[in-house]
Amino acid sequence: MAQVFAYLTHSNGVLDDAALELATAAKAISSSPATAIVAGHGVDAVAASAASIFEKVIKVDHAALSYPNAEVVRKALVAVIPQGSVVLFAHSTFSMDCAPGLSIKLGASFVADIVGIEGVEGSSLKVVRQELGGEVSTHVDVDISAGSVVAVRPGTFAPDEGKGAQGSVTDRSADLGDLSCERKFIEVQTPEAGDVDITKAEILISIGRGIEDEENIQLAMELKEAIGKGAEVSCSRPIVDAKWLEATRQVGTSGCTVKPKVYLACGISGSFQHMGGIKGGYIVAINKNPNAPIFQVADVGVVANIVEFLPVLTEKIASL
Amino acid sequence: MEILVCVKRVPDTAENEFVMNSAGNDIERDDLVYSVNEWDNYAVEEAIQIVEKVGGSVTVVTAADADADEILRREMAMGAENGLLLNDDAFVGSDCKGIAHILKGAVGKGNYDLILTGAQADEGSGAVGGMLAAMLDLPYASLVNRVEVGDGKLTVGREIEGGRREINEITLPCVLSIQTGINEPRYVGVRGIRKVASVEIPALGAAELGIDASCVGAKGAAVRKLDYFVPVKGAGAEMLAGSAEEIADKLVEILKTNGGIS
Amino acid sequence: MEKMEYLVAPAHYAFFGVVPGWLLSLLYLVAGLAIFAWVMWKRLAPLLAAKPDPTRLRDLPARARNVVSVWLCQVRQPRYLVAGLLHIVIFFGFLILAIRTCSLTVVGIFPDFALPGFAPDHAVGAAYNVVKDYTATAVFVACAIAAVRRGIVRPARYAVPPQYGHDHTAEAVFVLAIIMGLMLTESLFEGVLVSAGEPAFLAPATLAWCFAKAFASAPKGVLQYLHLGAYYAHETLFFFFLNFLPMGKHFHVITSFFNVLFMRVTRGNVKPVAYGVTAQGLDELPSLGVKKLEDFTWKHMLDFYSCADCGRCSDQCPANLVGRPLSPRFISIKGRDLMFRNYPVTKAAAASGEALVGSVYNADEIWSCTTCGACERECPIGIEYIDKIVDLRRGLVDDGEVPQTLQKPLQAIGKRGNPWGKMEKKRADWTRDAAFFGEREVKTMEDGETGELLYFVDSITSYDDRMVEIAKCSARILDACGEDFFVIGKDEKDSGNEVLRFGEEMLYQDLQRHNTETIKESGAKRIVASDPHAYNALKNDYAELDLPVEHISQVIARHIRSGKIKLKPVEDPGKVYTYHDPCYLGRHNDLYDDPRAAIEAIPGIRTVEMAKKRDRSLCCSGGGLMLFHEPHEKERMAVIRVKMAAEAGANVIVCACPFCMVNMEDAIKVAGLDGQLEAIELTELVSRHLQ
Repeated sequence: MAQVFAYLTHSNGVLDDAALELATAAKAISSSPATAIVAGHGVDAVAASAASIFEKVIKVDHAALSYPNAEVVRKALVAVIPQGSVVLFAHSTFSMDCAPGLSIKLGASFVADIVGIEGVEGSSLKVVRQELGGEVSTHVDVDISAGSVVAVRPGTFAPDEGKGAQGSVTDRSADLGDLSCERKFIEVQTPEAGDVDITKAEILISIGRGIEDEENIQLAMELKEAIGKGAEVSCSRPIVDAKWLEATRQVGTSGCTVKPKVYLACGISGSFQHMGGIKGGYIVAINKNPNAPIFQVADVGVVANIVEFLPVLTEKIASL
Repeated sequence: MEILVCVKRVPDTAENEFVMNSAGNDIERDDLVYSVNEWDNYAVEEAIQIVEKVGGSVTVVTAADADADEILRREMAMGAENGLLLNDDAFVGSDCKGIAHILKGAVGKGNYDLILTGAQADEGSGAVGGMLAAMLDLPYASLVNRVEVGDGKLTVGREIEGGRREINEITLPCVLSIQTGINEPRYVGVRGIRKVASVEIPALGAAELGIDASCVGAKGAAVRKLDYFVPVKGAGAEMLAGSAEEIADKLVEILKTNGGIS
Repeated sequence: MEKMEYLVAPAHYAFFGVVPGWLLSLLYLVAGLAIFAWVMWKRLAPLLAAKPDPTRLRDLPARARNVVSVWLCQVRQPRYLVAGLLHIVIFFGFLILAIRTCSLTVVGIFPDFALPGFAPDHAVGAAYNVVKDYTATAVFVACAIAAVRRGIVRPARYAVPPQYGHDHTAEAVFVLAIIMGLMLTESLFEGVLVSAGEPAFLAPATLAWCFAKAFASAPKGVLQYLHLGAYYAHETLFFFFLNFLPMGKHFHVITSFFNVLFMRVTRGNVKPVAYGVTAQGLDELPSLGVKKLEDFTWKHMLDFYSCADCGRCSDQCPANLVGRPLSPRFISIKGRDLMFRNYPVTKAAAASGEALVGSVYNADEIWSCTTCGACERECPIGIEYIDKIVDLRRGLVDDGEVPQTLQKPLQAIGKRGNPWGKMEKKRADWTRDAAFFGEREVKTMEDGETGELLYFVDSITSYDDRMVEIAKCSARILDACGEDFFVIGKDEKDSGNEVLRFGEEMLYQDLQRHNTETIKESGAKRIVASDPHAYNALKNDYAELDLPVEHISQVIARHIRSGKIKLKPVEDPGKVYTYHDPCYLGRHNDLYDDPRAAIEAIPGIRTVEMAKKRDRSLCCSGGGLMLFHEPHEKERMAVIRVKMAAEAGANVIVCACPFCMVNMEDAIKVAGLDGQLEAIELTELVSRHLQ
């Protein structure tokens, strides 16, 4: 049985939540304990929290790793991961940068953005993926005889709820060797506040005419604040026409095409023009009209006046 | 600058409805319309814009059957000077690594300063660019949404989570995968495509590319698709009932499961 | 008998004692005409470098009718009452006074000169002298009023927004002042003769009569100077005016006759990319559409010269109304400015070859037009805009400069035959809708069933969940009319009305070819369309299709007249209905009465008309591709329209176009008129009231 490694990402000294999901995924692949890898500079605390999830943790610490430059990280991983291993990543902009090249350097197979693991039989790992923008799913057979690099879609595996591990941290920084590379990290630019890009949001609170009044826009903004990271407020055309929100927030054939994880359609009737701008995601429709066409296309529907309902939802989320 | 852009012909998600075939093992492909992968189209536009600024030429390449000729011509109508079709029976059934292997053969046939791919295609793996770079031992950056040409190097911006942009300096030659939104691809009209309809597009097979047939195709694939299926989706929404409080609780669960909030 | 001279005529006067007046007058005439000939030759240069348009000499009877009605009878002028009436006075004044002006230039050489039949001792000449004195007076008064209007009252439509350059008031008032000067000097020249004792008859209360009275007691020496001064002042002003006209917006005084003669005599169609080039030949053209000035046809350049800056086009333009970056008036004025700049009078011409879009025009401006045709319908001298816009768009498409919002729908039309990329096999799904199918069976060509009448459904009515109602209602109506009709089904592609008008010529050609072949193959004898855009394309654009095409409203009206269909009393007698004219039925095809007849045929229906109706109907913001392209605007056209309907006291706005329905239904929500106003499509209204 192949040895399983999980590469854990972290930021600002805090382990990313996906670590718990990778622990679950690792268990679905192998019964023997997986090894977590934490790379960075001055990452003792991160490694320690990794050790509360995984029984074995490899720490690699180097100044060149102070920012996770995928090209540098790849070199570090090649130095510490034995051939033939299964390496798990959380599918992210980092894994897209690092994992495919790593699979080549390890001589391993590669599968990205999996949404399920069906099991392992011999050297065959059977996983579930989505294609064509999530329109169809496929079962995929991955040959792991020479090892494999597997990127797991965040949110598809339940976080590992097992009892806190008392893992050991092994420092393998000494094995790193030369980390120099031809790609140099310069900086991270953060978009200016107010520069909204709804196409990048994971949860869209999208409001339509059911919001009734400009003052009520605040209700959607409060829900967005309560959800926090990844949430954004979008809207249908009438809201932009009324100048209650800027045009950059408009979803529809004449606005933005969006593909969030969850689309919270609040007081949107679901016109042809509007729905044309939604290209995927779980649609929750809240509308006081039980016959609104949006209910035909939504996954879940709630018949309610959003002006009354949104504050209730906001309060629930704020109390999480 | 000599730029190679790797492109793929894919079913157009905006213009298709995907249903299973009667056997249930694949999507019904008879009624599908295909176009160039959207990300690749941005990559070609970016290549053309770079060449417009600093000179050079753009070559578009695809590893596929002869049907892919149409997308090569479309991208040539946009302004790519050369097209290259990598076509061999031995290539059928290749996984991402197989495709990267074939493309590596094509890279070896030219003298490219920059190789671009789309950040991802219909299968959503986003793997070929990174694999190709690793095979060629060239530096790589994915999800690039800004390119500035410098002396022997590029300054590239990568799109990362939260709408932020990671700026890197990368030496040439290199491989970049291009994210949508980096530019505004020009329109290719019916007339533009007709103009390049009779341009000769060379087709190269495994032998010409010097590829060991056992590394590519179904035989060389370590990743194999077993079937296709459509996740079951009922007609219309599941209507939540109960008090506002109860419904809100259910929605919170939905947001946790599907939206990843915690 | 030698005629007695009360004052020395200009021709006989010796200036400085030596220079004979006749010589001076001759110099005036020769120099004035020579300069004018030179200027006109220079002005002709760009037209000679322009693209040909052989159609402008065809259909001469229609052109003659246009000259008589639009140019001579000024029929479009009173649409703006005050300005129109003033213009009519000045226009006819010019026509009448042209005779006097011509003879005056010669009178300075031969004092007794008169045009044949116009000698003062002749009946016609005597009558003319009375008429021309009143005319000069009327023109003077009209110009004075016009000058006050432009200079002091300043109606809003003459304002020049800052992005379009400087204000034109000074030029307008200056020219009015010159005209007034011409009237004054001519009258003074005439009047002082009578003051000096010449026994000529002066019509009472004319300017000349006033001058005669005013100077009745003036010494002869003063009268002599006034007589001479008035003459040469008049000649100076006249030749200055003549040569000043081609320098600006008053060029229309010279060009309007020709512009009207050559104006559009067909409606609803779009000019071909290039005359004399077949569809196949388009592939060989090095460039498509208008990219630089010389790519325009000579008529379109003549349009630029002819624009009088009256602002009526922009006043009617819906894009301008809602604050889109388009004002048709400035399409002309910016074009003319460029022609003047590149083809100057004093220097050699220099065709700059610079791209129009990006310098003179901007892309947003060109993509803002809905092709509603309000501007062309209003222009008093037949200036065309749609063909220019389409030609400029063709150029942009050829260069790949198409807004991202339009690329997807265009691509989808190319691949699937409809802008949403819906599957072809679902095009006739509405005929298979269980509830509807139980009611009647619509024959489809895809099932091998055809008939005499083809119902061309077009994309939105086939696929949009809401608009398929129009298809169903149309089917019901055609059935009630006893028509043997069928639809094409999956082999029908978008009619391409907007594809053509958005400049994607080659895609349009493909659509047209495909639909024409399919229709011919079906064996249909007649075509009916419920979508005015489809109706227009099939009727006016499809050159190879020679079947009669009707809009469903024509079929309804005809069968109501014949008694074949009868309508029930109105369902809701309490409601007031108003009809919104779709651009592609009304302005482009003159179908105003049939839809109204269909509505009025419902017993007991109460109707009102909106402030803007028939050929002044306000565009709903357009159909087809315009649904996907939303230029920056302050307010939506349809919102203004539904408010107009509400102001007229209507509860129901009746549309006869699926795109109008989309826009009106949205606009009612945006305007907050839910519950107060609703939109209904004509076929739905009629179908609901079928007996």
